[in-house]
This record gives sequence, structure tokens and C-alpha cells, in this order.
Amino acid sequence: MENILKVENIEKYYGSRSSLTKAIDNLSLTVEKGEFVAIMGSSGSGKTTLLNVISTIDRVTSGHIYVAGKDITKLKGNELNKFRREELGFIFQDFNLLDTLTAYENIALALSIQNVSAKNIDERIMKVADELDIKSVLAKYPYQMSGGQKQRVASARAIVTNPKLVLADEPTGALDSKSAKMLLEKFNYLDELGATILMVTHDAFTASYSRRVIFIKDGKIFKEIHRGSDTRKEFFDKIIDVVTLLGGDNRDAL
Amino acid sequence: MLFKLSLKNIKKSIKDYAIYFFTLILGISIFYVFNALDTQTAMMEVSSSTRELIKLMMTMMSAVSVFVSFILGFLIIYASRFLIKRRNKEFGIYLTLGMSKRKISFVLFFETLIIGILSLAVGLGLGTLLSQLMSIIVVNMFEANLTKYTFVFSCSACIKTILYFSVMYLFVMIFNTISVSKCKLIDLLHGNKKSETLKIKNPFICIIVFIISVVVLGYAYYMVTAGFGDMSDVKDILVPIAMGSVGTFFIFWSLSGLVLRIVSSMKNFYYKGLNSFTLRQFSSKINTTVFSTTIICLMLFITICLLSSCLTMKNSMNEGIKKFAPVDIQLTNKRNMDEDFWYDRNLSLGYNDKQIKNSHIDVIEKLKVFNYDITKNLSDYIQINIYRTPDLTLNHTLGSKLESIRTQFPFLRYDTMEDIIKISDYNKIANLYGIDTYSLNDDEFIILADFQSMVNMRNIALKNKEVINLFGYTLKPKYDECQDGFIEMSSQSINSGVIVVPDKVVDENYLYSDMLMGNYNTTDKKEIQNIEENLNEITKNSLKNQYLLPDATTKLSIKESTNSLTVMVTFIGLYLGVIFLISSAAILGLKELSESSDNKERFRMLRKIGTDEKLIKKALFRQIGIFFMLPLLLAIIHSIFGIRFAVKILEVFGTDELLPSIIMTSIFIVIIYGGYFLITYYCSKNIIKEKN
Repeated sequence: MENILKVENIEKYYGSRSSLTKAIDNLSLTVEKGEFVAIMGSSGSGKTTLLNVISTIDRVTSGHIYVAGKDITKLKGNELNKFRREELGFIFQDFNLLDTLTAYENIALALSIQNVSAKNIDERIMKVADELDIKSVLAKYPYQMSGGQKQRVASARAIVTNPKLVLADEPTGALDSKSAKMLLEKFNYLDELGATILMVTHDAFTASYSRRVIFIKDGKIFKEIHRGSDTRKEFFDKIIDVVTLLGGDNRDAL
Repeated sequence: MLFKLSLKNIKKSIKDYAIYFFTLILGISIFYVFNALDTQTAMMEVSSSTRELIKLMMTMMSAVSVFVSFILGFLIIYASRFLIKRRNKEFGIYLTLGMSKRKISFVLFFETLIIGILSLAVGLGLGTLLSQLMSIIVVNMFEANLTKYTFVFSCSACIKTILYFSVMYLFVMIFNTISVSKCKLIDLLHGNKKSETLKIKNPFICIIVFIISVVVLGYAYYMVTAGFGDMSDVKDILVPIAMGSVGTFFIFWSLSGLVLRIVSSMKNFYYKGLNSFTLRQFSSKINTTVFSTTIICLMLFITICLLSSCLTMKNSMNEGIKKFAPVDIQLTNKRNMDEDFWYDRNLSLGYNDKQIKNSHIDVIEKLKVFNYDITKNLSDYIQINIYRTPDLTLNHTLGSKLESIRTQFPFLRYDTMEDIIKISDYNKIANLYGIDTYSLNDDEFIILADFQSMVNMRNIALKNKEVINLFGYTLKPKYDECQDGFIEMSSQSINSGVIVVPDKVVDENYLYSDMLMGNYNTTDKKEIQNIEENLNEITKNSLKNQYLLPDATTKLSIKESTNSLTVMVTFIGLYLGVIFLISSAAILGLKELSESSDNKERFRMLRKIGTDEKLIKKALFRQIGIFFMLPLLLAIIHSIFGIRFAVKILEVFGTDELLPSIIMTSIFIVIIYGGYFLITYYCSKNIIKEKN
């Protein structure tokens, strides 16, 4: 299988020489095409930093990150923007939809900044809206939608460009449990369609929808478990076991 | 402690304050410059009549300054409201930490105080510098000689500026205290999270409202231009003004819905780059600022009309003097006042018997009686005669057309005697003035006139070939319309009619006055002033009770009186225009910047999904550009008609010089308005910049 994401011995330091914080400490991992991977860890473990350096929002101190074979730590300026808009899709905890645009226009924006023709935009939005079941809200503004609908619109925006990698940062963080479940089922569906998803979460329930969970502690990989042929429930129990193992200080893991 | 907090706040939000501070400084310096105008004139060499005028001008300036201070006061309160709004969260935190509202008011009080003192200091400094520059303009305007350049500082203007602005700041403090005491903690903390529910207007209503507004505006435009003649009362102008204002409001009200509807249907354009984003930003902004956009548009409209018509007036008056006052001096001497067989004794003009008796001598001889030989001062001169007879009044000239004309112009005095001049005399004048000469057959006459409404009236009779009867002759008009020409000097075309007749027709008994016109034998300004002062001395001679003095009109006096008027109007126009311009531009800039925190989030999101930096800059530039251009654009359209109207009103002043003044106005607008636009753009760019 082709490696979509390959992270090689990356390190990320914050602060000055006198008070150095190692947010990521010599971490390596790979994600294959079509995988749905969750990264778990308590706050301060470095999982958000990891997502930030993969998404080129932040830079690594040392090491390399390859996306589809390209070393993204070497990109600069507009190359970064180009990489972000063509190879990556983002889903944020707080949706990050533009409040002045309708759902349709929000999704269209991701395509229009790539100079996709209007006709093509319409076709692709209709297709993705169908997959995520948001056809009925396309004409609505963000303030007219529920949280779950907003996050599905944000997801549609993330995948409509057919990115190599979809990055989701706590996608269920602002959702009620019913909406969260619905969204995660959609993620599974997208995964079946062939999307590669890397999701950061501290919620075991959310993580249990993925195919593989990577646990991070103090900037290093603590453990990695595969779902294999387990049911979601069994996988959830396994995750809980690891979370317990991670220590009592991990109160927010549940 | 509170003071320290205020100081830190100002330091921290200097970027937000920048445009506010800049506007304050500009406002203060302009206020100072125009109130210190009299000190600039102090170092000039001007006549006493001009001095009087400068006094009058300063009185006018004071009155205008009160008005200006109201505008600036509103601007400052408006601006500080914005700045307070931006800081709701900060105040919320203070309140949750247990600070009392009174203390927050104190923080604001100190802030206003610091800003006030700083802005006054900088503004007065800048004002003093600017007023040195203004000296050059002032000297130029009064066409005076600069005696000696000195650095001037007006204490009174300085004190006045400090006083006026202190009062304004006091109002701001009161206003701030009220708004702090009224606010609720919950609103402060969640003020900026309260998502503005976008009011999406029904596009069809928008289209209908837009069309109606355009029709209303169109009709208002028609009323002030093509329908100008129907206006009989000054009050009639209020109707198109009201229509224009309401029309402007509803245009802005409906515009966003309309544009959104049209552009979003142009899918290829709408879904290209950040176009959809920019358009939505624009429409949400216009929707929330309809009222202020209308005010700004109208202020810009007034500014454009004010500046261009003031500058035109100045230019056209100077042109007018060149054309209508071609010689240095003109003396008019009343004659034959004792010919009581036609002189109307009932018209008690206050001449005594001696004066009447001595009215048979001509102008040169009469001046000699006063021991003054005018010819010694003249290099070339001519003398001509003007005749009048009760047998040739306007009634007679208009002939059979009189009745129909009288219904049109009921208030004219139709029994006024016409001025009659011999063709040979007129040609002498024309040669001296360098204007067209004429020739006549023995049975013809010409009417010379250039005052438009009189020309129109006289042309009716001339077209009808109305003949006149004069001293036993019957004369027919040579031309079927009035010809260009004039005898009396003035600053503009005000000749209401002179009848030119063949020499042999004239009966010398009907001599009404004789005139002397000529040029001095010097071009030196000082010597000319000397000559005219000597001439003026004569009026103090008691002999004038026996000899009626001739009326003197000199180029210099015409120049001074017209110049004074135009200078006054121009300065007031400039003052108001510039204040209006900076006020409207500042409001736009502040609005844009106050929303930049919301925009910051939006642009951050655009960056996250990978929008090119170039595209973001373009979107920001367009967004601010449209926001600035829109009111200006409508104001320009208004002005096209507004200036036309002003031209009609000022027709008497002549308006050939419209283009240069429009160019000047444009330069003003480009510099001030464009400057504000650029500052706003760079400040916004700075605010949305992502720090890595």
C-alpha cells in the first residue's frame, strides 16, 4: 500500500534555550492510503502540535514530513498555500464556516480558490452533499443550522477537493452525542469510499470509529492499536484499557 | 493605577486608535489654520477696504467654525463609540474582576484626556506648520504683495482651538460614562459572539425599491436641470433635495440585495476565487450601514459641489475682470441736470441747485475745478457721451411685444430710459477695450447687451423687427438679436442694454452724461494706488457741494471688491469641504477597522483552507475599495447634476472655468479620501496578518 503520510523523526521545541519545552520528541509514523487513523492523548501530550505541523500551520524544529512522497517541511510561502488547498482537507472543532456565506457557498469556496469552473463546482458539491446528507441545508446560512449539520458541511468542504489527506481536529468536540455519532458514521462511509483521514481526539468513543488508534504521551508514541476484525464495541474497550494504562492524570480521556 | 491602565491600553491599541488619532490631528490643525487666517494676512500689504473684508471674513469663519465643531464633535463621539464597542470584552473582564463601573469610567476618562492632550499638542503643531504654507495661498488669493515673510503664530486661534476641542472631549467623556453605566456584563462578555443574524432582504422587494429610487432620483435630477425654469421660489429647491436624500437612502438599502441577486446568478464570476466571499462581505456591511453610508454620500456630494463651485467662482471672476474691466479707470459725469424740460424733478435725487447749475461742464474741466488734472496721469484716454430721453424707454424699445413680455417679467421697470450712444463714440470705446466695432446705415440701430435675461427679452422685440422713433427719426434694427458689447466696466456680464445709433440722429440737448475712460501712464501697483488715493482725496473737498463729483470706477476697485467676495467664499468652501471630506472618510475607515476583528477570523479561516496570500490581499483591497467607492460614486453622479444646478444659479458669474476647478476638486478628493482609503487598507492588512 502507498504511504500517504510519512512522518520521520520529527521534533518540535517551544520556548527559549533556558526553558525548553519539547512538544514532540523524535516521533515517527506512517499513514497508508485509505486509512482512518485516530490520534489520542491528553491535553499537553503534543497531539495538536502534531496536527499543526502536518497541516503546515506550524513548522517542525527537525525531521521530515512527507505527504504523497513530497517533503512538506521544505515548502515556503505560496507553495504552502497551494499544498494546503490541493492536498489537504481540514475539519475543525469549531467548524470554521464563514458566517456570511451559505453552506453551498462555503463548500464552493474550497473549489473556487483552486479555479475550478462553476459548472464543475456544482457537480462536485451535489455529489458530496449527497454523500454527507446535507442537500437540504445547502441554501442555509451557518446560523440557521445545527452543530451536526455545520460539521457535516465543514466535512463536505474538506473532502470536496479530493484531498490526499483529511485532517480532523476534535471534530466531535462541539457536538452532542447523537450528532457526533452521525458524523462519525459519515467518516466511516467516506473511509469506505477511499478517503484517508487523520483525526485528533481525546474522546475514546470518537476514536473507536477509526481503524487504528495512535496514543501519544509527552510528545512520543506511547502505544498503537489496530481495530482489525473487532467490532466497534470491542475496539472501544481496548482503547479504554490503554487510556487507563496512560495514567490517572488522564482524566479527560473519557 | 487606573491612569497606568489607561496609558497601557492606549499603547496596546495604538493600531486601532491610529486612524482616530490621525483624524483628530487633522481636524484640529484645519480648525486652527482657518481660524488663524487673519494672522497670515497681517504680513501682507493690502488696502484698507481689503482689511475690512478680512475682518468680515474672520467673523464668518467664526460662525462656520461653530458648525464645523458640531460636525467634528459628532465624529469624535461616533468614533469613540466604535472604540468602546471593540473593547467590550476588556471591560467585561474588568467588571468580573470586581472593578466598579465608576472606575471603568475613570479609565476611559484618562484615556480621553491623554488622547485629547496629545492630539491637541500634535494638531496645533501641525496646524502652525500648515498655516505657514497657507500664507502662500492667502497671499496668492488676495493677489497681494508679501512685505516680509515672518513665522506667525496666532494665540487667539490657538486658545480658541483648545477651548472648542476641550468642550468636544468633555462631551465624549460624558458620553462614555453614560454608555459604560448603561452596559450589562453579559452583553460585554458575549457581545462579539452574538452572531449578527443576517437579514436577507427579499430580492424582489429590493429590485422594486431600487427601481423606484432610481426613478425618484432621476426626477430630482430633472427638476434641478431641465426643469430649472419651473422653479419660481427658493423653497422649490427643497423638494428635489428631499427626494435626492430619500432616493439615496433607498438605493443603498436595496443595493446589496440587488447586486447579490445579479452577481450570484453570474455563476462563472461568482464562484471564481474569493468573489463570493468579497461580495457577501460587502453586502453584509452595506446592509448594516445604510444610514451612515447615506450621510457620507450626501456629505461627499456637498463637498464636491462646494469645492468645485467655489473654485469656479474664483476663476470666473478673475476671467470676468480681465474681460469686463479692460481699462484702468472710468469716470462718469452727470450732465444737463438743469434741463428740466425732461429732468424729472419728482425723482428727488438730493442734488442741490448749485450742483445742478454747474452740471454743464465735462469731466476733465470739473476735476480741474478741484485743482486736479486727471489727464496728467493717463497715457491714453477717450471721452464719450451718453444720451437719454423720456421718449425712448424700455416701453418704446419693446414696441408691440411689450404686453406679452410684461406678463413674463412683471416686476421690471418698463419706464426706464434707455442709454443711447453714437456709433462713432461706441467704436472709440470698442477700440480702446479691444472688442468688436460696428457700422450702421443711417436708418439702423443696434442694441448691445450681455445680461442673459435682458438679452432674451430684448431679442423677442428684435426678432419682431420693432422700430424705434428717436428725435424725429425712425430706426430699424440692424440685427435681429442683441450684440455683444458694453460701456461700463464691471466684473461680469451685466450690461442690460445700450442703444447704438447713427451720429447724425442724436440731439445734443439730450446729453445725459459724459464719460472718460483710459489707462494710467504707469503699471506699477504702488503708483496706481497713489493716483487713486489722490483721486479719493477730492471727495473730502468741500467744493463738492457746488460741483457734483463724477463717479469713478477703477479696475483696481473692481478687482478688490470681487476678489474679496470670492476669497471669502473660497475659504469658507475649502474649510467646510475639507472638514466634510475628512469626516466622511474617517467614518468609513473607522467602520472598516472596527470590523477587522471579525474579519480577522474570516481571513484566518481562508488561510487555513489554503487561500493564496495574493488572493487574500486582493479580496481585502476590493472589499475596502468597494466600501469607499460606493458612496463616492453615487455622490459623483449627484454632483454632475448638482454642479449643473449651481452653474445655473451662478450663471451671472460666468462659468467657462468649470473644468480646472473640477480637476482641483478631484485632486482634493483623491488626496484626502484616497489617503484615508490607503491608511485603512494598510491598517486592516496589518490586523489580519497572521503572526507566525
